[in-house]
Parts: sequence; C-alpha cells; structure tokens
Amino acid sequence: MSAVAAQRPRARRSFVASTWTLVKRHVLTVYSILFFAYLMLPIVVVALFSFNNPVGQFNYTWQGFTWNNWRYWNGVPGIQSAIVLSLEIAFIASLAATALGSMIALALVRYRFRFRAATNILIFLPLSTPEIVLGASLLTLFLHFTFVPFGFWTILIAHIMFCISFAVVTVKARLIGFDRHLEEAAMDLGANEFVTFRKVTLPLIAPAVLAAFLLCFAISVDDFVVTYFNSGASVTFPIYVWGAARIGAPAQVNVIGTAIFVIAISGALANVLIQMRRAKHA
Amino acid sequence: MRSIEYAGIATAIAFLVSYPVAYWIAFRGGRWKNLLLLFIIAPFFVTYLIRTLAWQTILADHGFVVNTLQNLHVLGSGGRLLATGTAVVAGITYNFLPFMALPLYVSLEQIDPRLIEAAEDLYANKIRAFLRVTLPLSLPGVVAGTLLTFIPAAGDFINAQLLGGPDNHMIGNVIQSKFLELSDYPAAAAMSFILMGAILAFVAIYAFIVGTEQLTGTAV
Repeated sequence: MSAVAAQRPRARRSFVASTWTLVKRHVLTVYSILFFAYLMLPIVVVALFSFNNPVGQFNYTWQGFTWNNWRYWNGVPGIQSAIVLSLEIAFIASLAATALGSMIALALVRYRFRFRAATNILIFLPLSTPEIVLGASLLTLFLHFTFVPFGFWTILIAHIMFCISFAVVTVKARLIGFDRHLEEAAMDLGANEFVTFRKVTLPLIAPAVLAAFLLCFAISVDDFVVTYFNSGASVTFPIYVWGAARIGAPAQVNVIGTAIFVIAISGALANVLIQMRRAKHA
Repeated sequence: MRSIEYAGIATAIAFLVSYPVAYWIAFRGGRWKNLLLLFIIAPFFVTYLIRTLAWQTILADHGFVVNTLQNLHVLGSGGRLLATGTAVVAGITYNFLPFMALPLYVSLEQIDPRLIEAAEDLYANKIRAFLRVTLPLSLPGVVAGTLLTFIPAAGDFINAQLLGGPDNHMIGNVIQSKFLELSDYPAAAAMSFILMGAILAFVAIYAFIVGTEQLTGTAV
C-alpha cells in the first residue's frame, strides 16, 4: 500500500525519507542479529559437538548423535579431579578475595590515609597488565619462595591476588553511592561501630559483595594463563583442556563446557528477567 | 612486531564490528537492553579455551567455512584458514569482542538523543550529525574499549597456539615457551618487560592523541 503512495509526487519526498529511516533501522537490526549469531556460533558448536560420537581421538567432524558423552562425563581419566580442583580453588580464592577486597574497598572509600593513591593504583595494576606478564612475574616470585611448593597453594595465592582487584572495584562502586547518614543514624540510636557494621553497612553492601564473589568465582574457574605458569604438576580444568587440545580434546570437554554455560546463563538470565519484570511493575 | 600488528588489527576490527551493535542496543534496545547485553557477555560463560577450540572446529580444513570460501574461490582449493594469521586475528577479535562492545554501549547509552535531534534541527544531515555529535560523545567508550581489547590481545598466546601455525607466534608464545619449556628465565623476564614497555608506550601515544583526560576519566 505504501508502494502505491510512493507513486504520487506529493508524497514522494516524505516517503523517500521514511523508507530511508526504515531501511537504516532494518540494516542495523539485521546487522545486529548477524552479530549475535556470530557471537553464539562457537557456543552452538561446543554444545553440538558434546553430542557427537567421535571416531578416533579427534572431535572435529560430525559423526553421529549420542548421549554417551553426557552419561559418562567423567569417563576420561583426569577430567573429574581437574574439575574438582578448579572448583576448590575457585571457592576458596573467591571467599578470601571477596573478604579482603571488601575491606580494602571500605578503607579506600572511607578513610584518607597515607598510601591511598598508591593503593588505588596497585589495585588497578593487575587489571591492566596482560595476563602473561602477571603469570610470568608470579612464577619468578614463586621460584624464589622455595618454601611454597608449586601446585595447589601457588595457584590459590595467584588467584586470590588477581581476584582481589575485581572484588575491590565491584564493592567500591556500591560504596560510592552509599548514604553515610544511615550509619550515623544507627550510631545515634546507640549502636556501637560493630553492630552498625553488621546491621546497617553489611546488609546494604551485601549485593555488591555477592556480585564480587560470583565474579571472582567465574574468573578463577576460567583462568588459564596465570594458572598455567604457576600450577606445577597440578591440573585445573582449563589446564586439562589445554593438555587435551594437543592430542585432540575428548567430547567430554564439550560436555563440561556446555554444562558450565547452561548453569551460568540460566542464573544470569533469571536475574535479568526478574529485573525486567520489576521494572515493568514499577 | 607481530603481536602489536595482530592485536592492532583485531582491535580495529572489533571496533568496527561492535560499534553499530552497541549503537543499536543503546538507541533501539528499549526494555530489552539488559537481555541483549547478557547475550553480548554470553561467550564469557564458556571457558576461554573451549571457545577457542570451537573456532578450531569451525575453521578446520574441510569444515563448513573453508569449503564455502573455496567454492566462492576466495580461497584456493588447497587453501586453509587454520594455521594462518587470519585465523589468529579472527580468534582474538572474537574473544575480546565483548570488551569492546560493552564500553561502547555504556558511552553511547549516556548520550542524550535530544542532542542528535538538535543537530538535525540545525540542518545537519544524518551522517554529519553522527560524525559531529554521536561519535565525539562516545569517544570515552572508544578509548576504554580499545585499551581493554588491545592490552590483553597483545599478550595473548592461546589463539596463536591453537589457531595459528609456527609462523604466527606472538610474543606471548615466546615468553611462554622460554619460561616453561626452555627454563630461560632471564630472557623470558626481559621479554615480559619489553611487552609491558611496548604496551605502555602504545598507551602513552594513544593518550597523547586522544587527550589525557579522556583516558584517566574512563579507562578503568
């Protein structure tokens, strides 16, 4: 119908203008859809090949559908212990980094102390250094600290080290928008500093602390480069994948990758959907 | 230096590819914005190595992409993508794309659409309005995105190892093998420092060109 309208000279100008905006909008939309398809492509491939029934040791070409990789997810030697180690380290490292990071964030926002600026820079340093330099420096450090054997402890120390920065940044962002009058009010009502912290400050920053913990956990589980340099003979999941990749990664790697993705994305998706619903009702 | 070259190309491509999408989400996303952003960071939920291995599968010889390109005669019949510089750059671009798209989105989202309308009221055409208003206002995001992409990309060795061949090794590969395979610690430590120095120099030049206050205001 609009095409008919276009034939009339008087409507022509506005029609050209409107088609132009229409085309432009659609070009952007189509382009964005393609972009998202591109982003999703490897994920789809990973998921798809977790159902592959590979012949030989290479999992590159599609051979047929099977549930076996999922049923025997730990059917490859070493994979289960690698996952357990990754989770252990991620849990302890995130806990420690979040606790320390929250305290640093509180100190940085609340107090003016002598090395405040220097601390700020130190916190940002690990975030802006290439991982390989970070890993290499830690390796050099641990080579001199011969009393710490390479393995669990070196990985843990390294992970706590770089996770602290992420925790500080996350908690700090929340603290900057924090209304200190609430604390003063608690104090006026007779609460001492400790009770104020526990009943007022902590509940208010809790979402940021939780976010910091989850972020640290995700980064720690996923970290390869720093771990690779400092792991000694210990094998975390990414290191297992790296070793397996050289001789052809088993389909079980895809199974774990897909499982992690599904768990993480459903959590995030639920969060976003709840937010959207809340925004709609408000 | 090949590392700087690959990282530079990957950063440039990532910028060109993700700017329109960031623009689209920021101005047309509406209430779906958060959901779309989630999709942008979705690749992070798959382990870095597994993501890169997936590209190995996609770009593999006799794979779908290679076959299509051969049929279109973009690639010679014996041509391959795996173990070439192209594959390495493609891998880096993909892996660091969210680092580029998110800062771009943040800065584009803050732009008041009325400013663009005002420019159009003042007889700027769309392109001019974009070049004179939208692009300069999103510059902080461009700076942050470029740095967040370039710095880790320059030190990356996983893409070069898994997607490239021996000719495509980046400085990260050299550091890695010197440290862990040859145990040549002094040389490896020196190279790490050269890498850091090169990146700092690059950042300094970049800061000089775009202006320091942009950098300190938004880089982290």
